[in-house]
Amino acid sequence: MSASDPLAYPLRRYGMDHDRYEWSMLSDRPAIHWPGGKKLALWVNVGLQFFPLNPQGQPVKVPGNMTMPYPDLRHFSLRDYGNRVGIFRLLKAFDRYAVTPSFAMNTRLAQRYPALLQAILERGDEILCHSWSMDTAHAEGLDPAAETALVRRAVNGLRELTGRDIRGWISPGKLESAHTPEAIKAEGIEYFCDWVNDDLPYTFRTANGPLWAMPLSTELEDRFVLMDNLHPAHSWAEQVMDACDLLLAEAEQQGGRMLALNLHPWVIGQPHRIRYLEQALEYIMSRPGVWSASPAEILHCVQSPPAP
Amino acid sequence: MKEDPGYYDYWPYANRPKITWPGGARMAFWVAPNIEFYELDPPANAQRKAWPTASPYVPGYSIRDYGNRVGHMRQMQLLEKYGIRGSISLSAALCDHHPEIIERCRERDWEFFTHGIYNTRYTYGLSEAQERAMILDSMETIERATGTLPAGYLAPALSHSEVTIDLFAELGGLYTCDLFHDDQPTPLNVRSGKPFVSVPYSLEMNDTIAYVVNKVRPRDYGRMLKDCFDRLYAEGAESGTVMCIPTHNYQVSCPHRLRAFEEALEYITGHSDVWVTTGREIATHYLQHHHAQAQAHIAQTETIA
Repeated sequence: MSASDPLAYPLRRYGMDHDRYEWSMLSDRPAIHWPGGKKLALWVNVGLQFFPLNPQGQPVKVPGNMTMPYPDLRHFSLRDYGNRVGIFRLLKAFDRYAVTPSFAMNTRLAQRYPALLQAILERGDEILCHSWSMDTAHAEGLDPAAETALVRRAVNGLRELTGRDIRGWISPGKLESAHTPEAIKAEGIEYFCDWVNDDLPYTFRTANGPLWAMPLSTELEDRFVLMDNLHPAHSWAEQVMDACDLLLAEAEQQGGRMLALNLHPWVIGQPHRIRYLEQALEYIMSRPGVWSASPAEILHCVQSPPAP
Repeated sequence: MKEDPGYYDYWPYANRPKITWPGGARMAFWVAPNIEFYELDPPANAQRKAWPTASPYVPGYSIRDYGNRVGHMRQMQLLEKYGIRGSISLSAALCDHHPEIIERCRERDWEFFTHGIYNTRYTYGLSEAQERAMILDSMETIERATGTLPAGYLAPALSHSEVTIDLFAELGGLYTCDLFHDDQPTPLNVRSGKPFVSVPYSLEMNDTIAYVVNKVRPRDYGRMLKDCFDRLYAEGAESGTVMCIPTHNYQVSCPHRLRAFEEALEYITGHSDVWVTTGREIATHYLQHHHAQAQAHIAQTETIA
């Protein structure tokens, strides 16, 4: 919008100031029921990311990219640590506490590290597309035709590499252009996780038909709490457990809730931090009423609710 | 530009006339939930960017929308549990966008004060006539939606001009939350000479300042609130103090943060000599019982200096 009349408010009206979704308060919606009478759906998502050594940073730089003069070996190799070492600590923790994770992969990473892809594929867990790499920002300034091609390359590439139908999408840094929802819908994506405005899935309009928004909390993710807020790992675990308690209590009153926990192996997979992930998972999975599920399973329940 | 805003004179905390609150309370305690609307694509302001990238900046917009979709009901129920009526710092356009929120706050007899039209429209660059029109629009919008003309002002996104407070006083306002110079209400000098008061609102206890700027851990935020309360409650034995907790539903109502806030509310409201009140009630009480005496004392202090 241009610097026109500062007192003109063309979108001052009922509901939102855009047409992407309907305004609705979570507490006003019909209660959600999870399978088996569970109260809280736990969705643990792991970002499997490739940060190139030579980022272009166009049209914007995604958080977590290289910051030092080229070649920024410290940040490149620390990110790689997550894919080589940290991820295997996370997998052990998931298995130990019977957590069903999902994995959001940059297609370039799946292409570069077939052994890692194979380890994920053998587990049978859900895989989401996380665009081509952490250097392919979806933001204004990216030409719509170029974005369409980028999404196609990423989604189709991941489908070929995995042999799976990829239905979920997370944009790098959860950044979007005005055209991103159209571009991913056009490639057969069913749900995306960039909008953090809710604690349950909701429907989102695009010119190419509806998408589902699956809110994946940024405020509670390991990278945000540990790297941006600089809180210690024990405080992060405390925050995750407090969130679990609050959402469980709310679910008792209002119907099913979702705890969406986004993880990065290069952050929480460090030896001095992994125990706090284990502590949080042990706590959550020991609460009665918790259902660990993939995003597709959770979404399916919202789309076709089981009888209460 | 001026060296000093000129709204208040230096007036030391020590040896002021005693402030008494209703019921002999030591402290007036109020909670000010900011209920805001941020536009996805606001017009550009030459002096301040609303978002770090071109629209749509999904991370920033969507977490603020979380506050209205999810967070509001959480905080409202919590305040209700502890017998607290919120004093809402309201983006007036929210009356148009989300009337359901306004209705629920009305039902609970909460106060609404104005926080401009949108939190993405800044005062910077407005002419005096434009700023007056914006503030008046916000006041009239809130009056239409709630039946009561707002008495207080917090400029949108804390963006001000040199005459912001003068204009609000001229339009019928009684108090402002824009100044952070004191722990007690203080008279302000406005150009109309109307009786007008600054009610302590607190930047330090503001959840967004604590969480986003100072990057405080949630449990430490709860502790900060209790520490702040303890000191102001103790000092209130000599002369009444004010404690405010300014909140935002996209911060304090996140699932990992609400518990610490609740613990602080439970602690504070568990004390007997606390007047749990609203911004308007503090301003009105002060204007009726203390304002004139304070003005005389300030004048005397200035004369001695």
